[in-house]
Amino acid sequence: MRDITLGQFIAGNSILHHCDPRTKIVIMIVYVAMIFLIKSIPVFLLPLAFLILSLLLSHIPVSYILRSLKPIRLLLIFMFVLNLFFTRGEKIIFDLGFWSLTWEAVMQSVFITIRIVLLVTGASMLTLTTSPIALTDGIERLLSPLKVFRFPSHELAMMMTIALRFIPTLIEESDKIMKAQMSRGADFESGNLLVRVKSMVPVLVPLFVSSFRKADELATAMESRCYHGGEGRTRLHSLQFTRLDLFAALLTAGFFAATLILYIVL
Amino acid sequence: MPITVNDLSYQYTDAAHSTTALSHVTFTIEEGSFFAIAGHTGSGKTTLVQHLNGLIPCTEGTITVDGHSLADKKERSIARALVGMVFQYPEYQLFAETVFDDIAFGPKNLKLPENDVKERVLKSMELVGLDPEQFREKSPFELSGGEKRRAALAGVLAMQPKYLVLDEPMAGLDPIGRQSILALLERLRSEFGTTIIMISHSMEDIARHATMLLVLDHGQIAYLDRPEIVFEHAEELFRLGLSVPQATYLGMLLKQKGFDVPKSANNAEALARWLKEKIDHA
Repeated sequence: MRDITLGQFIAGNSILHHCDPRTKIVIMIVYVAMIFLIKSIPVFLLPLAFLILSLLLSHIPVSYILRSLKPIRLLLIFMFVLNLFFTRGEKIIFDLGFWSLTWEAVMQSVFITIRIVLLVTGASMLTLTTSPIALTDGIERLLSPLKVFRFPSHELAMMMTIALRFIPTLIEESDKIMKAQMSRGADFESGNLLVRVKSMVPVLVPLFVSSFRKADELATAMESRCYHGGEGRTRLHSLQFTRLDLFAALLTAGFFAATLILYIVL
Repeated sequence: MPITVNDLSYQYTDAAHSTTALSHVTFTIEEGSFFAIAGHTGSGKTTLVQHLNGLIPCTEGTITVDGHSLADKKERSIARALVGMVFQYPEYQLFAETVFDDIAFGPKNLKLPENDVKERVLKSMELVGLDPEQFREKSPFELSGGEKRRAALAGVLAMQPKYLVLDEPMAGLDPIGRQSILALLERLRSEFGTTIIMISHSMEDIARHATMLLVLDHGQIAYLDRPEIVFEHAEELFRLGLSVPQATYLGMLLKQKGFDVPKSANNAEALARWLKEKIDHA
């Protein structure tokens, strides 16, 4: 449970760390759009190059990026196999009568796998180089035009900050409670699914109780420091676009344009 | 048979780096003793005691509980039944609908017959001073802080452990609550021969109750001896971020002022007796 990379931030001093979070979020969206525009495998070289370039600029060890794939390895295998089985095609590689492996199915499986890998690694690039606070700040600012329609962008961002902040606390807490119940002979590892789900009750109840207590305490602590929502709130560090952001935006636009052209041409 | 810890080392590794929590710790906890563990925050106390019933698997070094090695999976489950563990703020682990059910959780996991479970639960409630008639059908969440703590403690006692490990059991309790827990520990020791292993920051409590004191400093053993002998190193203990009992401290101050305090005056009573003699003579 301790190696959840998605949402983990590594402090650093690279160009990518210094970029405005808003820029990075928009780049992320463009990157996702880019991946979904691609129709043939070789074109994935473009987002891959983009990813590698940003990885080099961020000074983040490759192992971290690879670790972000660990929790989804089962999903990847599942998607791969599923596509092998259920994609129809004509170029048959071998035939078992009730099912035949086709060339199209293999290509489709590889295609889907590459797509997911690029999406997840790209998303973790964003969270690895952007602190949760900067990230929610960025989201808040990006959503702020919606305030016209009474969209609570500040409240949403605050909720996200708090949720992110509590992830490590909850992991620690559940670890502690599990250990305590194990000391009383609880067994979380054996038995069938139903037994195992039932065995989680002694962990989940205290976890919920403590989460509610912590939420309550946090709310009191925030109110006693005069927090009253987003109205009239100013910031210590206001976000500012720099030349770096312009450069990043231009680079991304270049990659996106190339993908778009290939999309139209191919 | 004792608990033996031999050359135990442990590192915490997270994404970025690894920190040494314990390095080359070797000691023995004799049966029937009151073994206190002290040390500044982050000295590895909690990591150490969580090794004692195999909650943290040994990576370097060995631990045996009554001859059962914790490295072996089968032996570990035997050892875990022998060593009861009371965590910091144990009341946060209460979960069942009634106090009775919560305390029964441990014995039920031991697959005991229902009558034995009931007997153990009632016995544990009596031990911690929760009246079964009044409390057994209550929800653990409607108890007061002190009652919750005692209910959680009863949940561990119902396992009838031979060794009872407690991680700062008195944290956040009022003086009466502290005293009743200490009295309970003494009673367990004299009545059932339970070995007590307790992490504590209260040097007064350690001086009064412990038969052995282990002082940890950055994951290493700084001192391991009878408490009164450890407390002779007051200066070093202060440097380690710890303190000494007030009587020891007073004796030390008197010595600095040039009084000839005898070595035997190392607890409150002995020091008081010596002082009274001095005053009577003067």
